[in-house]
Amino acid sequence: MQHTYSLSRRLAGFLVGLSLFAAAPAWAQGDLLGQLEEQAPTAQTPGYVDATFKSTRLINGHTVQTPGQGTMIFLISHRFGTLNSGAYNFFGLDQATTRLGLEYGITDLLTVGIGRSSLEKAFDGFIKYKAIRQRTGAGGSPVSVTLLGSTAVNTLRYSGDAFDRTFTRRSTYTAQALVARKFSPSLSVQFMPTMVHNNLVATEQDPNDVYALGFAGRQKLTKRTSLNAEYYYLLPDSRPTGVRNALALGVDLETGGHVFQLHVTNAQGLIEKSFVQQTRGNFFDGDIYFGFIVNRNFTVRPKAGFRK
Amino acid sequence: MKNLTWWSLLIVMLCMAPDTWAQKYMTRTGTVTFYSTSIIEDIEARTEQVSAVVDVQSSQLAFAIPIKSFQFKRTLMQEHFNENYMESERFPKATFSGRVVDLHPDALFKGGSQRVNVEGDLTIHGVTKRITVPGALEMSRGTLLVHAYFNVSPADYGIEVPLLVRENIAKTVGIRVSLSCDPVSQLTLSK
Repeated sequence: MQHTYSLSRRLAGFLVGLSLFAAAPAWAQGDLLGQLEEQAPTAQTPGYVDATFKSTRLINGHTVQTPGQGTMIFLISHRFGTLNSGAYNFFGLDQATTRLGLEYGITDLLTVGIGRSSLEKAFDGFIKYKAIRQRTGAGGSPVSVTLLGSTAVNTLRYSGDAFDRTFTRRSTYTAQALVARKFSPSLSVQFMPTMVHNNLVATEQDPNDVYALGFAGRQKLTKRTSLNAEYYYLLPDSRPTGVRNALALGVDLETGGHVFQLHVTNAQGLIEKSFVQQTRGNFFDGDIYFGFIVNRNFTVRPKAGFRK
Repeated sequence: MKNLTWWSLLIVMLCMAPDTWAQKYMTRTGTVTFYSTSIIEDIEARTEQVSAVVDVQSSQLAFAIPIKSFQFKRTLMQEHFNENYMESERFPKATFSGRVVDLHPDALFKGGSQRVNVEGDLTIHGVTKRITVPGALEMSRGTLLVHAYFNVSPADYGIEVPLLVRENIAKTVGIRVSLSCDPVSQLTLSK
C-alpha cells in the first residue's frame, strides 16, 4: 500500500512538472517581433524584381517593362536631323522625324500599342507580352523575358511608279525577345535577339529577313536619372548593303508622371523596322541625331478597390 | 489525503494551461492602408499581408509589413513608391514592436471594445522611431480585433520627396491599421 502511494505521488509530481514545463515558454517573454519574423517569412510576397528600366522604351527599342494593367502611356518620340548637317540646317533642328504612340496594359503582362511615324508615314502596331519575370530568392528566374511582335505599314504615296504596292508589300514584321536582368537597383542589362521580315525589299541583294542581336544597359546616376546605352549588331549574312549597326546613348529623367528620355543615335527611324535595318549614319563621323521621348502615363482603369 | 491534494493540484494546473496558451493572438492577413492628401492628388495604398502578434498577458505586440505588398491605384505610383521612396529592395519590411500601455485583459475577455495607447518602435525605410499611438482592442468570438489610426511624417523616416513633386505628397501620411487576430497556442507559435 505504501508502495502504490509513493508511485502515484511520483506520477502526479511528474505530471505537474510536465504541465509547468509546457506552460513555461508562455511566460518567458522573448522578442515578440523576432518570433513573428520566424513565423511569417515574407514568402507571401512574390519577390518579383520590378522597374528594371524606367520606361517601356530604352532609346530606340523596347525594354522588358510593360505599363501595367489599366495604364495608358502616351509617347511622343522626336528626333532631329544630324548634328553634322551644318549651320544652314541649324545642326539638325530644322529637320525632324516624330512618332506619336499609345500603349495600353490590358493586364500587368500583356500590352498592345499603336503608333505613327513621320518617316515613311508608317503606322505600326505591336503586342508585347511579359513571359517571365525576374524573381529574387531560391528558384526564381534570374532574368525577365518579354516577347514583342510588331508590324509596320509604309503609307507613302508613290507617284509615277508602275509597281503595285499592295498592303502586303508595304508591310514589315518584327519579332523580338527581350531578355533583361536587373543586377542591382542601379544596373540593368538587356539582350535582344531580333528578326525583321520585309515582304518587299529594294534590291535583289537585300535580304527579306534581317537578323540582329541587340545589347542594352542602364546605369542609374541618381534615384530619378539614369544613363542608357543601346546597340544593335546585324548578323553579317543578313546585313542590307550600306547599313550600319544602330548605336544610341541616352539619359532618362523621371518626374512624377513623366519620363523624359534624351538621346543621341546614328539611327533616324523610331521603330524596329527602321532603326534595325535602315540605319545608315556613321556615329563617329558626326551622323548623330539628337532626340527625345516624352512618356506620359494615364491610369485609364484604376486597380480594383480604388476610387477613380 | 495527500494523494487527493496532488491530484487536485494537477487538475488545476491542467485547466490553467489552455488559458495561458490563448494569451497570444496572431494574423498574417492584417490590413494596413495609408492616405496622403494634397491639393494636387490623393494617394492611397493598401496591403492585406500584414503579420501581427499580440500578447494579451504581457501587453506586448508586434507587426511586420512587406513593403512590396502595398497596392496602389496607379502602377506607376506603386513603382515609384518602391523604387524611389521606400527603396524596398534595401528595406523590404516595415515593423512595429511595442506594448499596449493601458491594457485590461480581464475587461477585454468580458467583451466590449477598449481604447488603448500603444507605445513602441516603428521602423520604416530603415529608420526607427519611438512612437505612441491611440488604438482600440476588441474581443469578438475568440478573435482579437485591433484598430489604430495615426499619422507618420515621411521626413522623419528619411524618405526624401524631391522638390518637383513636393506638392503632390502630404507632409504627414495617415495610416490605418486593422487586424483580426486568431488565438494561437505557444506550441504552434514557436514551431
